Amino acid sequence: MSLLEAEQLSISFGGVKAVQSVSFSVEAGEVFSIVGPNGAGKTTIFNLISRIYDSTAGRLSFSGQDITRVETHAVAGLGIARTFQNTELFEQETVLNNLLIGCHIHRKTRFWQDILFSPSVRRQELAFRRAVEDVIDLLDLQTYRHQIIGNLPYGVRKMVEIARALCLKPKLLLLDEPSSGLNPEETDDLAFWLEDINEALGITVIMVEHDMNLVGQASDRVMAMADGQLLTIGSPAEVQNHPEVLRAYLGQ
Amino acid sequence: MRFIRRTDYEQDINLVQHKGHVLWYGLLLLLVFSAPLWLDRFLLGEFTYVFIYAIAGLGLMLLVGYTGLVSLGHAAFLAIGAYVHAFLLGHGWPFPLSMLFATGFSALVGALIAIPALRMTGIYLAVATLAFAVIVEQVLVHWEAVTGGFRGMAVPKPVLFGINFSDPTLFYFLSLLLLLVSLVLVMNILRSPSGRAMTAVRDSETSAESMGIHLAGTKTLAFALSAGFTGLAGALFAHRLTYLAPDAFTIVTSIQLLLMVVVGGLGSLHGVVFGALFVGLLPQIIAIARDSAPPVVAQIPGLEPAVFGLIMILFLIYEPLGIYGRWQKIRQFFEEFPLYRRATHRRQKTFLRTERLR
Amino acid sequence: MEIIQLLISGVSQGCVYGLIALGFVLIYKATEMVNFAQGDVMMLGAYVAITFTSIWGWPYYWAVPATLLVMAGVGILLERLLFRPMIGEPHFAVLMLTIGLGFVLRALAGAIWGSEPRALQMPYVGDVLRMGEVVVGYENLAIIAGTALLCLLMWLFFRFTTVGLAMQAASQNQLAAFYVGIPVKRIFMLVWALSAVIAAIAGILTAPVSLVDPLIGFVGIKAFAAAIVGGFGSMPGAILGGLLVGIVEQLAGLYLPPGFADMSAYVLLLVMLVIRPQGLFATMQKKKV
Repeated sequence: MSLLEAEQLSISFGGVKAVQSVSFSVEAGEVFSIVGPNGAGKTTIFNLISRIYDSTAGRLSFSGQDITRVETHAVAGLGIARTFQNTELFEQETVLNNLLIGCHIHRKTRFWQDILFSPSVRRQELAFRRAVEDVIDLLDLQTYRHQIIGNLPYGVRKMVEIARALCLKPKLLLLDEPSSGLNPEETDDLAFWLEDINEALGITVIMVEHDMNLVGQASDRVMAMADGQLLTIGSPAEVQNHPEVLRAYLGQ
Repeated sequence: MRFIRRTDYEQDINLVQHKGHVLWYGLLLLLVFSAPLWLDRFLLGEFTYVFIYAIAGLGLMLLVGYTGLVSLGHAAFLAIGAYVHAFLLGHGWPFPLSMLFATGFSALVGALIAIPALRMTGIYLAVATLAFAVIVEQVLVHWEAVTGGFRGMAVPKPVLFGINFSDPTLFYFLSLLLLLVSLVLVMNILRSPSGRAMTAVRDSETSAESMGIHLAGTKTLAFALSAGFTGLAGALFAHRLTYLAPDAFTIVTSIQLLLMVVVGGLGSLHGVVFGALFVGLLPQIIAIARDSAPPVVAQIPGLEPAVFGLIMILFLIYEPLGIYGRWQKIRQFFEEFPLYRRATHRRQKTFLRTERLR
Repeated sequence: MEIIQLLISGVSQGCVYGLIALGFVLIYKATEMVNFAQGDVMMLGAYVAITFTSIWGWPYYWAVPATLLVMAGVGILLERLLFRPMIGEPHFAVLMLTIGLGFVLRALAGAIWGSEPRALQMPYVGDVLRMGEVVVGYENLAIIAGTALLCLLMWLFFRFTTVGLAMQAASQNQLAAFYVGIPVKRIFMLVWALSAVIAAIAGILTAPVSLVDPLIGFVGIKAFAAAIVGGFGSMPGAILGGLLVGIVEQLAGLYLPPGFADMSAYVLLLVMLVIRPQGLFATMQKKKV
């Protein structure tokens, strides 16, 4: 059984068919990349998986469970975390608080315990804090711990967003263009971290990415899309040389 | 300048984070608790008023400053708290119980209002709350059997075990105590997952939802809490007014409450207290200024709201972070003297993009 | 017959709401700002007209254009002093600012013109049109006709003129509009002037029907409800919303116990927001990620 399965997934906005009958499956433990020119429907697929959009047809299942119509906020609880193309961090909060919000799905306390700050809330806060510090160590964010997101440079924000997603302790991580806005050096670091995340933490990764070097270096399999349609799925080398992919990027 | 050396995760979690806090807040507490000894009666009453305002401000700050939902109708919750409390007292309930019930009832109404409000954001929500407040005001005017309409409704004295709490000193302590309790409760919320969920909703709803935060639940909670605290303030306010009439709970009151959180500084609890001091004491300052002003100026109708409005405009243009923001800048100036640079706080230019389809 | 009579007065009152709502929507469409003081700008316009006619005794064909000119100036002044520094600030801040402005304007009007209600004398006031048993005052007809004419002009303006198109562009993306060479600041100034003029027209039309005092600006809140009922950001929606609110108010006054007429606009608004939060004419969308 695959970790994530999409069958005949489709969505259209008015007359625009953003994704048309796309089927793919992602195995547990792999790094799966989605490539394609702008407007190919890559981010739309992410938005379908994280249930920001309702699919018009097709089916999505995650470790055997049908998630096609599950509620948006319940997706995180199933073990799916994501980042956003242009970062969607909590701008007025510190890095620490952003990461603590990432721990939200593991919360066991109720509101009335929170308002009284019962000992169980304190214990839980300490546990969250330890989990957050592990992620901070992994991604080298110590310097920024108490800084407000609004004051951070773009590259750091990208990393904070990945860190926040990791705090969910997900089974599946969706990264939307993790390298966009990073300089070459930071992109190199990112490739190493991806490996850590995938191998050391055992998290399955799906990423939308334009940097073909990063895709070739990090991913096990690649799916190419154009105009909302699936072109091919295969190893990075296969996809890069696939005639339809070349045509989609270079034209006729 | 203070650098905090952190050796323990609990340091970030505790309410009192370092020795400086203990000293300064300890002094402040000493000051407010000893106030009845050295403050004259009139000023004591004014400070009681400030405390009541601060409780309502805490409620509104939770909603506007921390959850990012604007309410233009919080006077309605103030009214609900006041009228329910007065009504129950009139039916012989002991006053702590009726105060608790008024708080709870107000919170319940807040939660109910949140249901339609969940689907709205921004101005839509602001206007919906405004509409709600107008409707409540009309109900107060026309439901004469219970509220007494324009004639008003007397508030029975708060008496418990033969002690009359409407005595200025006792009422001062009662208000102070309730403010401190409310403050601690709000701080507890803010340092726990419930409060973080609120700030997450404020900064990015999409992102919060994909972090597993239940938007509807969080907003409902914020509304209910906010209405609850404001209702509690309303119950205290009833005793200050001693006679309830609908004209004490109009749009102007709602705006005053909002003014308090904006002028105080959005998104900070210090801001609530600064704002309450400001809004609570300003009418007195205006009244004094009015006495010494030439009659042409002094007799302008609506002078007080106009001064409020003008101050709000000036703050929004020149100091959007409110009194607390200004206070931080001043403190930083002295801490870093002579190295302070204005540019540290320069605002970045921002541009709006529409979220409309056409 | 009574019902037709009521409907006509509902429509004429609704047109006033619609005109103020039009001002809201215009500013919102162009600058994404919400001007809560629009009703008070209308009040100011009515007072300026009264000053020119009743106090200084100008003939109305001079007084009306002069009023519009003065109010355009007021609009520009407000933009330069208050709203230009707020470009790009959050909606909430601008909303609060305009609420503050409303209080200041009311006190200002009270200081200049006093709080006694005043009447605006227009040449057509007092005459009535009889159609069978239905009697309609010319002042009500003037409101309806004026609104219809203004709507037509606005539609032509936004549909066919470059300035109108530039306004739409500036509203959708300030930075992008600036980059393609649209003088965004000047456009915004023009928009504020235009909306002040519309408010003044509303003031001149409504003043003969209801007396003018510093507090008439509060109808702005009802007009705001109308704008939202119509779907904020849609100009036909604003007028339609205004008509709906005006008519519902009249009917509530007839069929429901006293007090409900004043509330009906807000109840309508709440019901609308619950059933169809995007208004009659939807213009909002969810943020894209």
